[in-house]
Amino acid sequence: MNRPNDIRIGFYVCHCGHNIAAMVDCPAVAQYVGTLPGVVLSRDYKYMCSDPGQELIRQDIREFGLNRVVVASCSPLLHEQTFRSAVEAAGLNPFYFHMVNIREHNSWVHTDRIRATEKARALARAAIERVVHHKPLEIVKVPIHPDVLVVGGGIAGIHAALTLANAGKKVYLVEREPSIGGHMAKFDKTFPTLDCAACILTPKMSEVGSHPNITLWSYSEVVKVDGFVGNYTVQVKRKARYIHEDLCTGCQDCIAHCVYKEPKFEDLFNEGLGKRKPVYIPFPQATPQVVLIDPEVCLNFKRNKNPDGTPIVSDKCKKTCVEACGEKRAIDFTQKDEIREIKVGTILVCTGFKTFDARRVPAYGYGIYPNVYTALEVERLVNASGPTGGEVLLREGKNPDGTPRKPRSIGIIHCVGSRDKKTNLWCSRVCCMYSMKLAHLLKEHTGAEIYNFYIDIRTPGKGYEEFYNKLLEEGTHFIRGRVGEVTDWAMTPEEEGKLVIRVEDTLAGVVRRIPVDMVVLATGLEPQADAPEVRRLFNMSCGGDGWFLERHPKLAPVNTFTDGVFLAGCCQGPKDIPDTVAQAGAAAAEALALIDRGYVEQEPNTAYILEQECSGCKSCLPLCPYTAILFDEGRQKAYINEALCKGCGTCVGSCPSGSIVQKLFEDQEIFSEIAGVLAGEPAPAEPS
Amino acid sequence: MNTASASVPRDWSPRIVAFFCNWCTYTAADLAGVSRLKYAPNVRIIRLMCSGRVDPQFVLDALSRGADGVLIGGCHPGDCHYVEGNYKMLRRYQLLKRMLADLGIEEPRVRLEWISAAEGEKVQRVINEMTEQIKALGPLALPQKFAEWDREVIALARELRARDAAAGPCPDRAAPAQPVEALHA
Amino acid sequence: MKYAYFPGCSLKGTGRAYEESLVPVLRHLGVELQELEDWNCCGATAYMAVDEGKACAAAARNLALAEQTGLRQMLAPCSACYLVLNKAQHYLNEYPAMRQVVGRALQSVGLQCNGDTVVRHPLDVLVNDIGLEAIRQKVTHPLHGLKVAPYYGCQIVRPYATFDDQANPTSMDRLLEALGATVVRWPLKTKCCGGSLTGTLPEAGLRLSYILLKEARKRGADVIATVCPLCQFNLDSYHPQIAARWEPVRLPTVYFSQLMGLAFGLPAEQTVLHRGMVRFHPPPVPAPAGAEKP
Repeated sequence: MNRPNDIRIGFYVCHCGHNIAAMVDCPAVAQYVGTLPGVVLSRDYKYMCSDPGQELIRQDIREFGLNRVVVASCSPLLHEQTFRSAVEAAGLNPFYFHMVNIREHNSWVHTDRIRATEKARALARAAIERVVHHKPLEIVKVPIHPDVLVVGGGIAGIHAALTLANAGKKVYLVEREPSIGGHMAKFDKTFPTLDCAACILTPKMSEVGSHPNITLWSYSEVVKVDGFVGNYTVQVKRKARYIHEDLCTGCQDCIAHCVYKEPKFEDLFNEGLGKRKPVYIPFPQATPQVVLIDPEVCLNFKRNKNPDGTPIVSDKCKKTCVEACGEKRAIDFTQKDEIREIKVGTILVCTGFKTFDARRVPAYGYGIYPNVYTALEVERLVNASGPTGGEVLLREGKNPDGTPRKPRSIGIIHCVGSRDKKTNLWCSRVCCMYSMKLAHLLKEHTGAEIYNFYIDIRTPGKGYEEFYNKLLEEGTHFIRGRVGEVTDWAMTPEEEGKLVIRVEDTLAGVVRRIPVDMVVLATGLEPQADAPEVRRLFNMSCGGDGWFLERHPKLAPVNTFTDGVFLAGCCQGPKDIPDTVAQAGAAAAEALALIDRGYVEQEPNTAYILEQECSGCKSCLPLCPYTAILFDEGRQKAYINEALCKGCGTCVGSCPSGSIVQKLFEDQEIFSEIAGVLAGEPAPAEPS
Repeated sequence: MNTASASVPRDWSPRIVAFFCNWCTYTAADLAGVSRLKYAPNVRIIRLMCSGRVDPQFVLDALSRGADGVLIGGCHPGDCHYVEGNYKMLRRYQLLKRMLADLGIEEPRVRLEWISAAEGEKVQRVINEMTEQIKALGPLALPQKFAEWDREVIALARELRARDAAAGPCPDRAAPAQPVEALHA
Repeated sequence: MKYAYFPGCSLKGTGRAYEESLVPVLRHLGVELQELEDWNCCGATAYMAVDEGKACAAAARNLALAEQTGLRQMLAPCSACYLVLNKAQHYLNEYPAMRQVVGRALQSVGLQCNGDTVVRHPLDVLVNDIGLEAIRQKVTHPLHGLKVAPYYGCQIVRPYATFDDQANPTSMDRLLEALGATVVRWPLKTKCCGGSLTGTLPEAGLRLSYILLKEARKRGADVIATVCPLCQFNLDSYHPQIAARWEPVRLPTVYFSQLMGLAFGLPAEQTVLHRGMVRFHPPPVPAPAGAEKP
């Protein structure tokens, strides 16, 4: 291999405090690398990423005329940029730098100091061999489209959209449901301050609806995302609601005049506790204030469908709704789903969560005993605009006068679908607090005896522990123990007709049977059912638990591995409203930082074709998913549009004539790295 | 190549070269580190942007330079950061496997694994498994074998030439024989 | 379909109605059983509590005999046998030390246990191997109108839930529905019947039996269907004592296999309903569809 002349490499091995030094003999590595050809300087230092550490590199470049730098420290995903900047500050091209990962890939995962040190030597040697072949590269600046797409109109999406719109950016807010508001819109009160959820959310929803910078597309879904940071092309499906949004005034006369005199169909906003008509508005404060028609139940549609799944208009109904709408002419039974294409520079994913399906724990009787409720159902029950007008009435059981019964005793079971090997391992973080909130509200509404069954009470938040204390003072019972079952078999005559909660009270050390009228299951939070598809759509990653993965759990909590795509809210993991809003603000700020800079720097690891070597076989053309490889028919040669190239190197690995070069990952660089890790003595055996 | 023989040095331990894609498997290895999962120190990881960049020559080069095994890590099918680079790798890998089999290189020595960014534990498991498997197979020791084969060929050629010389000039072969050593220089 | 068959001691004694009804039913469905030769006591749960090593060895001897048949699948209808044999299998496969102890013991009598026989419960075989559709086709006397409380007992889904849900098993429910019966929904499917406490600590044991009977009656059951000889014995035999302590709750308890025999129209000597202490009188066969009562 031809070796460039006059190579002057500076090598630095970082102790990272004890993180590396405890398992790798850093001075020995430095000493060894110092003997390798081309290395003029080899040092070990306590913290290379610190200011003095970076300054050391800058000084050495100037003083010793270094023209290559290698740092052996942590993962390049963490500090490659730091050191490139340091190198650049001393006047050297940043791509004359290479980084060796001896922390995440070495000191943290090994237990034998001698072998870990040997591995560090091998990795360092590979980098030294490699960096010799590095070439100066230019970072390409690509302009950023200033518009932003926010996916999901819960509190996270609403807050992020408003932040961006108030900063003067044009925002597309896409929401799958007919109205924005998400889960928060279903809540009655919010912990620990007990503000009314609607009172604090509704103004923000209206602001979204009327903001000149926000295009609100509800009842819509993102179906395709192309492009890259700064330049995304997104297709959004606007589902047919059979109403012209621009013509509907939200007067709801059509609902009043529907041929169904009474609401008859399951109202999902009220968790199925209430009923709605085929033409409906999800809830009074819905934004946009536009009705929609459910073709599954509307009489004007046939029950069978077109082969493509679209409904067929039957024209059987009297269409009293159309009559009621009159001159506004907002109702259109022929409306079809519509695909709109938009261009944006950045994307905020705020797609939220779903609640755990309580049926998955049959021992708790949800779906078997009517008086077992999920927490979200109770939110609707205690809500003044809910299906019972805020009265807590049981599904089963009547008073002697035939009116629905109020519960006199209520058990709230925590951690349903959380902290459980059989369901989900994680703590859902909000259930302790919302259970106590519901305990308070239920006591307020019914005066019932309330029992909370918990494993641990977790109240880490401002004012949360105080709220717990307040509940204790209110006389709510707290029983520590995981509930074994909810059942209706009676051991004593007093238990007849009640739900019996069987639990081991782990503080008292006894097994107890507690008869109650109503059981509330504090169901945990889960990733949305379609999270895997959404993840692919936006090219994000999921953790093993299914939540979207942030780029770094501490230092990049709203970034994803795809530049220009940010996360906020519960799609990233369970969190409460304050944390969600804070995260949404952070994601908006990250997007703003990108937009206001105006450009993105593209890693110059793109590929190019050596024209004289190209045989014109065209085998690379179909390999490129970005159609960056083009073919010059005249010269019978392929060429690469580097603006489209993302730098994966797939074409490089496949070219039969070896005529494609990937910058920063040139064959010679990689072959040198291979030679480097394998040069020298074979690894010593582990001590037996 | 049955290499597990009595000639294995007592202090031998496999050397494995790994090619990990930047987005999934390299990140998973970082996660293994952050999670302080412990695994065998026999693997040297080389970072590429995508498993699609893995040229079969990298694998052969590593083996011929003394690696006892090669591990390739990419994103799960459908999860590739570059849409489908991992599929392209898979195609090449299938062909490479056949070729390696023809060369007599045991299957466990070259392994392709899909490891997502969340699967730190899989990095640990795969590396430990592979290290154990290759330990059982013994050293591949291609460089030493190349040298040995060269010596054998040279010796054989010398012997043939000596025999030819003893038998006198051969009417069939007009051209003078080339010095054999030159071929293997 | 052929299975090795481990009857266990109960099916030859107090639980003989189980064997007497199950074998004909399975034969009727085309299942052949090969009873192990010279089988021994499974050890039951009590032995496990005293000496796990010896208990495992005793159970494993039966597994070794099963392996000799070459059938690979063994039917163990008694719940205790089913659990103990599965547990021994589990211990052998999970704990090398246990494997060694048991291996030595078996070696001394010239046997060997590889631990690869699958121990199956009749419900599992009926629902998953034979299938409800095949069973439905054999029903000639559907149990229409009969309200049955399916009672699984504590052992067949805990701790090893190999073929059904631990908290809410449904295989017997579905089987009974296939026979035409009405299944009583109750939450005591897997509750304890009192086990051996009915004999040793009647105050505690009988109470549990009483609750089962009382709740089944409360929910309108005509009969309780069980899979376990001990459950059947407890729920069937203590009615005078229960009546003396609490209240009379006379309700028959039969094996599910007896109900299957009834639905298949098998003769009385194969449904052996006369063996019950609380005699179960099956409902009269309903008139064929369409025929009006005079």
